Amino acid sequence: MAYKDDIALMAHLMRRAGFGAGRDELEARVAKGYEATVEELLHPETQPPVDDYVLLRYQPGALLPGGQPPMGNVHWMYYLVNTKRPLEEKMALFWHHVFATGNSKVDNYDQLLEQIKLFRDKGMGNYRDLLVDLAKNPSMIYWLDNNENHGYAVNENWGRELLELFSMGVGNYTEKDVRQASIAFTGWTFETKIPRLPYGRFPWKFEYRPEDHDDSEKEFLGHRGRFNGEDIINIIVQQPACHRFIARHLYNFFVADEPQVPAWSIEAPRDPKAIDTIATAFRESGYDIRSTLRVIFNSDFFKNARFQHMKSPAEVVVGTLRLVGGFELPKPGYGELSMQPSYMGQDLLNPPSVEGWHTGKEWINSGSLMARINFVAELVGDPSLPGVRAIINRLKTQAPLSPEQLVDGCLDLLGPVEVNDETRQELVEAAKEWGQIRWDNEANSTVADQRVGQMLQLIAATREYQFA
Amino acid sequence: MPATKKDPVLVVLQLSGGNDYLNTVIPYNNPLYRDNRPAVGIPDDQILRVDSNYGFHPAMAPLKELYDEGKMAIIHGVGYANSPRSHFRSMDIWHTCEPDKVGTEGWLGRVVRELDPKKENVVTAVSFGPSLFRALAVPGVPVACVAGPLENYGFLPTIQEQAQRAKVLDRFARMYSPAIGRNAVMEFLGTTGLDSLKGADILKVAPKKYASTVKYPDTPIARKLRGIAQVHLADLGSRIFYCDHGSFDTHASQNPGHGNLWRDVSEGIKAFYADLKEHNAADNVIVFLFSEFGRRVRDNGSGTDHGAAGPCFVIGDAVKGGHHGEYPSLKAEHLVQGDLNPNLDFRSVYSTILAQWLKLDPKPIVGGTFEQPAFLKN
Repeated sequence: MAYKDDIALMAHLMRRAGFGAGRDELEARVAKGYEATVEELLHPETQPPVDDYVLLRYQPGALLPGGQPPMGNVHWMYYLVNTKRPLEEKMALFWHHVFATGNSKVDNYDQLLEQIKLFRDKGMGNYRDLLVDLAKNPSMIYWLDNNENHGYAVNENWGRELLELFSMGVGNYTEKDVRQASIAFTGWTFETKIPRLPYGRFPWKFEYRPEDHDDSEKEFLGHRGRFNGEDIINIIVQQPACHRFIARHLYNFFVADEPQVPAWSIEAPRDPKAIDTIATAFRESGYDIRSTLRVIFNSDFFKNARFQHMKSPAEVVVGTLRLVGGFELPKPGYGELSMQPSYMGQDLLNPPSVEGWHTGKEWINSGSLMARINFVAELVGDPSLPGVRAIINRLKTQAPLSPEQLVDGCLDLLGPVEVNDETRQELVEAAKEWGQIRWDNEANSTVADQRVGQMLQLIAATREYQFA
Repeated sequence: MPATKKDPVLVVLQLSGGNDYLNTVIPYNNPLYRDNRPAVGIPDDQILRVDSNYGFHPAMAPLKELYDEGKMAIIHGVGYANSPRSHFRSMDIWHTCEPDKVGTEGWLGRVVRELDPKKENVVTAVSFGPSLFRALAVPGVPVACVAGPLENYGFLPTIQEQAQRAKVLDRFARMYSPAIGRNAVMEFLGTTGLDSLKGADILKVAPKKYASTVKYPDTPIARKLRGIAQVHLADLGSRIFYCDHGSFDTHASQNPGHGNLWRDVSEGIKAFYADLKEHNAADNVIVFLFSEFGRRVRDNGSGTDHGAAGPCFVIGDAVKGGHHGEYPSLKAEHLVQGDLNPNLDFRSVYSTILAQWLKLDPKPIVGGTFEQPAFLKN
């Protein structure tokens, strides 16, 4: 019994801090221990990186994917499916939610992937440093027009979003602060773009132009000085509003669904004590994301939040591909695969706006629900895929299976997934129509494989399966 | 039932990305047009003149035919005050009718709620697009959202065997039944699942019933419009259709990009209209075209940047063809940050459609009382 709980808890950790795990991996991790697994996840450098060369051998177009989908999506999807450092990739996804930058304007997947690489490399490091890097990131500069932010003509786009969407949230600064922050970032731009034709795209590089920077004295959040951009960020990270803002984002992404960001100034968090705990850890660690995540994953509020989070489309797609296996190589067809999250409402590398995606139940509408169920069902119902095969092989060892055993076995190996009694009863009714499942001869084995696939499809179609 | 007694149907075609007003309805006699469009101006001899002042983009020839027949209304200068010039914010404003705060309810979602308060028909609104448009999104209001080909629409299309599929879908329906909902989100999921299931069941007859001699072009927008025609002709009680085309965000290489977009849209609409005509099913349909904003008056050397006012178009038998309202002034002193200043609130256009076409009270839907320009026949 206790071992079952350990598996369930480990599965929860891996769904949230990664993209789920099959049973073999869960068992190995339970043997290693929960806290040791958390440490491994927090230290991705202990695991091998994704092999870029395999990607480029199969999909050379993914090196510099240009402005049109899907090669940029192929590139990231390959990382998401193959990484042995799941939390590193999950943090890239997290910061992509928060610092939402989109191809609709940037029109350059090469540069957007550079930004994702920044999140991958530094996403668990120091938040202050990450903000400074973000302010120097050419995609972000272009996305929020800081290349149009001149000493003689201030553009407030970056300055405003830095405060509103990237660090503190509305209600924690004045319009004057927005203006002053924007002025402090004048002259932060990137090297003049070389025309795309005839040689193709050239990399964008950050450039600081002192002659375009307004070096006058500024007043920002009660501080006064001849501030430059880094000074503004140094002041921001000291604000309690910033600590709570990051805490709520982390909570919403890793623990349980919260209302959407624009509502944060009005609606209290669902677990104020948890937010306090996270915010304190963040402040006391000197804005270190790794330390903050450690506190979250080892907390009771995290461990008790099983299935309190609606899976995002990226989590649905990546989690399924990793579970069923067979998609490690970026074969032909990967382009369509990599666009699947967009059909469910999450076009990676192209969020709908700088506000990012609305999460939780807002992922669900009639179109997106159908898209996610159909995608998962098609894959888990295919007994030829190695991950499905592995589930079948484990079930086989307990054969012959009664309808109840089939249902409980599938629920267990697909998660464990927790379902309501009524849902379980429906699944059992379905299984009863098939009678006992056995692999005692070839004909029965073929049928049995199909039945397992069908049961996995039904489970994937349940409401409960939409949660992580 | 005589066609004229059929309920009015609205088809919305969203031109995503910000359509360039000046190169769509070209004020070719205005010298300021040439002054401002040194790079992306349309040569005089290519403009499709509709009268002594204005002409269409050369790619809009099929639409000009409809215009000449008096079936196309141009509504000028549409927008709203203080355009944020952001695609997303602007599109949100058009979708939610909330220019001052972030709205959660789409205006057409409210329309669906009014048209079918008891949710008797889950395909009252059918959307053709990759995901649900916010204009249609109101929690608890069902909208059928067709992402791919209409023929494949439904849950678990990979289960081919009919009897098996019927059983599985039946099981699905029971697992999504409200009785099993334990909290608000689970209930929401249950309702959404059941509504989509029902919608798919209803819509699947449409392609089977459909036959037409009209050939649609092989473009994304034509495929969507064909799907709309199939559902409309199947007589399933659908009242609101939604589709989109883009991206009209022509910052660079506006020529030929902008023309290609309009060619696809114009040819698609022409085929759609011909299809409805062939089936004697056009008179209760209007097509409404809008974009989230127009573009900057002065070109940037290869394209145009985000602007403010734009035109709307309404097409159909019930339309009073021709110009409605006034083309905003191109004079520098009348521009707002280089952009055409809107002289008609977009909610006015909605109000006419709501009051005079769908016979609904516009006030609660658009959030106020607005003038109703008379672009529809009474």
